[in-house]
Parts: sequence; structure tokens; C-alpha cells
Amino acid sequence: MCLAIPARVTQLDDGDMAVVALEGVKKRISIALIEDVEVGDYVLVHVGYALHKVSPEEAGRTLAMMAEAGVLAEELEEIAGGAL
Amino acid sequence: MNAIDPRPAKRAGSIDMAHGGGGRAMADLIRDVFQSHLANPILDQGNDAALFDVPAGRLVMSTDGHVISPLFFPGGDIGSLSVHGTLNDVAMAGARPLYLTASFILEEGFPLADLERIVVSMALAARQAGVPIVTGDTKVVEKGKGDGVFITTTGLGVVPEGVHVSAERARPGQKILLSGSIGDHGVAILSKRENLEFETEIRSDSAALHTLVAEMVSAVPGIAVLRDPTRGGLAATLNEIAQAAGVGVLLDEAAIPVKPDVAAACELLGLDPLYVANEGKLVCLCEPDDADRLLHVMTAHPNGADASIIGTVIEDDIGLVQMQTGFGGMRVVDWLSGEQLPRIC
Amino acid sequence: MKYVDEYRDRTLARTVAAAIRREARPDRTYHIMEFCGGHTHAIFRYGVKDLMPDNVRFVHGPGCPVCVLPVRRLDDAVEIAERHNVILCTYGDMMRVPGTKQRSLIRAKADGADIKMVYSTLDALKIARDNPDREVVFFAIGFETTTPPTAAAIKQAEREGLSNFSVFCNHVLTPSAIGHILESPEVRDLGTVKIDGFLGPSHVSSVIGSEPYEFFAEEFGKPVVIAGFEPLDVMQSTLMLIRQINEGRHEVENEYTRVVTREGNLKAQNLVSDVFELRQNFEWRGLGTVPYSALKIRDAFADFDAEKRFDISPKNSREVKSCECPAILRGVKKPTDCKLFGTVCTPDTPRGSCMVSSEGACAAYWTYGRYREAGSRVPREAAE
Repeated sequence: MCLAIPARVTQLDDGDMAVVALEGVKKRISIALIEDVEVGDYVLVHVGYALHKVSPEEAGRTLAMMAEAGVLAEELEEIAGGAL
Repeated sequence: MNAIDPRPAKRAGSIDMAHGGGGRAMADLIRDVFQSHLANPILDQGNDAALFDVPAGRLVMSTDGHVISPLFFPGGDIGSLSVHGTLNDVAMAGARPLYLTASFILEEGFPLADLERIVVSMALAARQAGVPIVTGDTKVVEKGKGDGVFITTTGLGVVPEGVHVSAERARPGQKILLSGSIGDHGVAILSKRENLEFETEIRSDSAALHTLVAEMVSAVPGIAVLRDPTRGGLAATLNEIAQAAGVGVLLDEAAIPVKPDVAAACELLGLDPLYVANEGKLVCLCEPDDADRLLHVMTAHPNGADASIIGTVIEDDIGLVQMQTGFGGMRVVDWLSGEQLPRIC
Repeated sequence: MKYVDEYRDRTLARTVAAAIRREARPDRTYHIMEFCGGHTHAIFRYGVKDLMPDNVRFVHGPGCPVCVLPVRRLDDAVEIAERHNVILCTYGDMMRVPGTKQRSLIRAKADGADIKMVYSTLDALKIARDNPDREVVFFAIGFETTTPPTAAAIKQAEREGLSNFSVFCNHVLTPSAIGHILESPEVRDLGTVKIDGFLGPSHVSSVIGSEPYEFFAEEFGKPVVIAGFEPLDVMQSTLMLIRQINEGRHEVENEYTRVVTREGNLKAQNLVSDVFELRQNFEWRGLGTVPYSALKIRDAFADFDAEKRFDISPKNSREVKSCECPAILRGVKKPTDCKLFGTVCTPDTPRGSCMVSSEGACAAYWTYGRYREAGSRVPREAAE
């Protein structure tokens, strides 16, 4: 339901404001809703506000989990004679 | 022809009702702002109607009203846009544009300096395209009854012999070519719109496409369909073609060029690049055997450097446009409903 | 786009799809409710269904804030804009939603009401600053994701003494809606709506955390997997649900760990509870009156409450007769079961909210799903 997109913090401004970049697009947003933001952090942006920091470790872990699901499937396929 | 100084002396003052009243103020405006920049032998005749010879062949004519906010945007302004837009409409018939006309509706209070900047931009665009603006008109409306300036341009062109370009000629099996990345114009405009502002290097792709079209029809006179995907974006154009010819369209999302910044801006605003406007791109349908030759011609031209084959016409009597997504599934690419509005969910 | 493109990867999609096909038991059907419109959108936008076996079925839930707003509240917004001569700021999503007698904000705007589309409450505040002589009302809609930005704006307006700014609050709560669905007779007794598990909200959960869902998993014995909105997130989460269902587990699992924690965003939660309190009752389109399912502005911020500031008249708001949005929102009917679907009700002439919002079930069916009904029109080799 709620459109939000991860973007990189490129600049911290006064008044709980920051500039984030998504590719070459830069947008001024509010960071009033989150704590301990630093330049270089990725934050989830929704209606002009950062809602949460994105965890790089967890992001990698999720991708690994997806790849792993497949590895298991492929191994099982080999056992089953590659039938799909 | 004299070179045009793109930086005219800043003119003071603004439009008032006298500029449309038919008196001296109007005559001065026409002479100083319009005739001085747009000068060409036909316009310089100074009559109410332009008089010219026409070459043999079939003529095409197209007219387009231009309203845009903001009037000045990265990559162009309402002036250059009003020239490119109509030239492209003429070119999409496979035609070589010959002449343009321009009609201005000015709002009381509109700064003369802005008007001159717009007219200079039109003059440059027309001169670069090699198509003169041969007659025009100016009206002034009261403050609050216009949005600064509206420009209507009309174009006249001639179609080379043997060329028959029409949406109805779309047939199953034909290939669909796109001349470059989509969504640049719409994103450039949105980036400057009040309450949305974001920074981007993206500029409007506003450009005249008739020289590209000339090379395309010369290489492959049998081109079936040409369209410029303006309002409603690529999605609207393909749906129009599918509807007109009673065929389906199958697109390959991975083959459709979208600049990273355009994709990013669309993600941020909840828009789909397929529905975002272009002002310097064309879609072309041709027989499969001609596709590679046409692609070669397109990529060799500056306005088609990023051209690609994006899909195929298929049989489908209800005229659906479908797309194989980059993710591996299928989706329908429908008409746009209403205006595409930035959304939060 | 980092943290976006990776989760739209085609190769990985095939990998996860293969795992799903292998692990989904052919002797049963998996009914998975995606609560959020964001998931509905991802499923159709990326063609996720094409990568799923036939016995994995998605049931669309009511998680679209535009769709669940009752007509009455929209009519009230139109009244505030027209009768009280204010500048009404709204997210673009609400512009085309039809109110009573098809009256939408975009119609009211055409008739002269001063309605401005904004991207953020920050823009609404700016409009209030730039127009000190006008009343500026922000038409607030949305779930827990969208509520903190509204709270932040009210606090900011208070700090600045922006006395011409107020909020017409329609923020609603996700857990109440999920609970309401699970307790409905269609799910509990009649079995007309089969739900074997939930794809849990992504961005709502970034704010409220995964903890609030634990009650449902426990009480109703249904597994919940908090799922991101990218297509691979949807697929991986579906796989996790299938595993739970196969193993007879009903736990809350979190696939979207890159932004969702168990406790959520405490700073945002505190801000919301500073400014808002529970409404005893709120009407949802489709679900009817749901107790404690929405928020209102606390008395301490009454000056910023448009409902207190402007007289809003009682009205007989009603939806179009025979519009099936309510049943569709409860998952009882599919869009194609509605007589109006595709005939008088299309995205160009929407009669109900589900056809307006791009994540409404009807709009999604219409826009992305029609080729399924049209049969296999795509030559097989073309689709490979």
C-alpha cells in the first residue's frame, strides 16, 4: 500500500532535514522520524520522510536466503533426475 | 539568413490589453518581438496570409495547441516545444515539413522579456529544423483568463511518393522500434513543478524528428506506422495503434530504454515510465525483414542513437498491449486513466 | 537502484520460483492473503502469478487506504473544500475517487474549489506558510506508514505557530483490520473466504514492527510472513508461508528484515501517540464499523483538527448501488464477480474506489489481469 523507496543520504541539514539521492535524483526530505542518521546511510523514504534505516547486513542476508532456496531446489532436482 | 542572438536585450514591461487591441502597441509588439526574430521571406511579405508554392505530391497538415507549466523547463520551453511538437506530428505521416504557422494567446501581465525569450527559442528551433514560420496571430486575454502564454502551431508537409504511413497498417508479425529512452520530458517537467521539486540532470528530450524520419523512409519506404509517444507515453501510443488496426502488441520490457534517473524519479513519485510523456521520440512499425536495416539507420542518427527493437505486433482482436516483464512474468499495459498523478500508495 | 534492483532480479526469481514449485504440495491449494495493495500491485506489475504454480492463489486484502475510506469521509473533504473556502491539500491518490453521485475532488476542483495535490505534508506546511490569509487543510489518509509524517507536520505547525493549518484525519490501523477479517463469518464460520496465511504489510511494519501480528498468528492459527514490496520479496515470503503451512506452523516470520524489526520505529510510534489517540469506532468501506481501528487528533492539538475547526454537515452519503467494492475488499468476491466491472466501471469511469487506486483490486485486475481472461493469446514461444 505505502509507496516507499530506499535512498542514500547525501547531506544532513538543519531542522531535521536531509538530502537523499536515488541514482542522480536528489530530493530534500525530513529525517524527523528516525534517529542516528549519517551521510551514506540508506533510508526508506515515504511521502518526503525517512521512515527507517535500511540494514545492509539484513539486505544481503535476505538475498542469500533467496539464492539458497534455489540451491536446495537444484540439488533436489539433481537427485530427482532434473525433472521439473 | 542572419544569425539569431539567443540572448536578446532584456525587454522591460509586460503584456497589456493594448497589445491585442489592433493599435500601435500591437503593431510594435509584432514588429519588435515576432517579426524581428522569426524573419523569413514569406513572413516578411507582411500580409495576413502567407503565399507560397507547394511541391507536387500529397500534402499533410497538422495542428497542435501548446499549454505547459512551467513555461521554461530543463531542455526547452513552450516555444521550442511548440515547433518540435508540430514538426513531429507532420513527420509522423512520413512527410517532409515545409511550413509552420504560430498563434499566440497572451495573458495580460505576461512579462515581455519572457515572451521574447520564448519567441527567440521558437526561431532557433524553426531555423535548426529548416522550416520557416510563415504566418501568425496574437491575441491578448485578461489577467486570470490564461496561463501566461498558449501557443498553437500548424504545420504543412509533403509526403514522398510510395510512402503510406498509417496506424491501420499495423499487422501481426511486424516489429516495433523505439528511437530512444522514454519518460525524459515528463520527468524534466515534474522536477520543476511546484510542490514536487527534485533535482535531476534529466532534460526534456524535446526535438524535431523529421530528419530522422526522412532517413528512415528513404531506407525503408514500406514503413507501416510512425507515431510520437507524447502525452500518455509509450503505453498510450501503442494502445492507439492496437485499437486502430485491431491487433495486439507484445513488448519486451528489458528492451525498452529508460534512463536510471527517469526510473528513479518514477519510483519516488509512484509513476510508470511507460505512461510518462516524451517530446523527441518515435515509435515505428515495420516488416520483420526491414527491422535490422531500419535500426541501423536510426542508431546512426543523433535522434535515434539509443533506438531498439522493443516488441512485436501479434494477433489479438481485442487489441491488448502486453509486456513480458523484466522479472519474467506478463502484464497488460493499458491506456492511462485520466492524468498520471504522483501517488503515495 | 540499490536495495531495489536486486529484488527484481530475473535469475533469482526463477530460482525462488523453482523452489516454490518443488515445495508446494500438488494435493492441496494455498490461499494466501496479501493484505497490502502494495503486494497486489507487485504481483500484477511484475507478473508474479506467471511464476507461481496454479495451486498457489493470492487473495487480495483491504490494505489500500484509498479503497477503504468510506464515501462519507470523502464527501466531508469535498464539503470542507467547497463550503469553507479553504485550500485543501491532498495526496494525488485521492483526486479521482468518486464520492456520492460520482463527485470527486478533481470534479470539485474543476468547479472552482481550491484543491492542491501534494507529495508530502512538508508541502502542505509550505502552502500554509505561503498563504497566511487562507485556511489550509491537509486531507490525511493512510495506514501506520503515512501517519507519522502527519504527526510530524502537526508538531511542526505547532512549533511555528501556523494557526491557519489543520488536518482532516482519516488515519486507520492495520492490525484492527486484519483482526476484523479473521473474525468475519466468511472466514471463521462459513469458509467462503479461505485464508491459509498472510503476506504481512511491509512499510506499515517498518513503523509498528512485527510484534503486533503475533496475536493473530497465535489466536487464529494463521502464519504471517512480513514481506517486502519488491517482487522477489513477495515470492520468497510466499515460499516461507508454504513451508509454514506444510509444517503446520503458524508463526510470525519476517522476510523484510532490511527495514522491519520486531519493535519497529519507536521514535515514530511515540510521535504518533503524542498527537493522536484511538477513535472508538471508524467506518471502513467494505468492513463496516470497526472498533478502535482509526486515529483522531488529541485534544491538546485540537486547534489543528479540521473536524473541530470546521462545521461539517450530516449527509446521506452513499456508494453506487451494486458496486461490489465492499465484498471485494473483504475477499468474498473477485472483481470479475461484479456486474459493473469492465462495463460501466472502468479506470476511466470508476464507480468504486477499488477501480481508482492503482493498487485497488479492480484496477489491478483490469490493468494487468485481463489477458488471463482473454485466454492464452500470447504465443507460447513469445512468452518464454
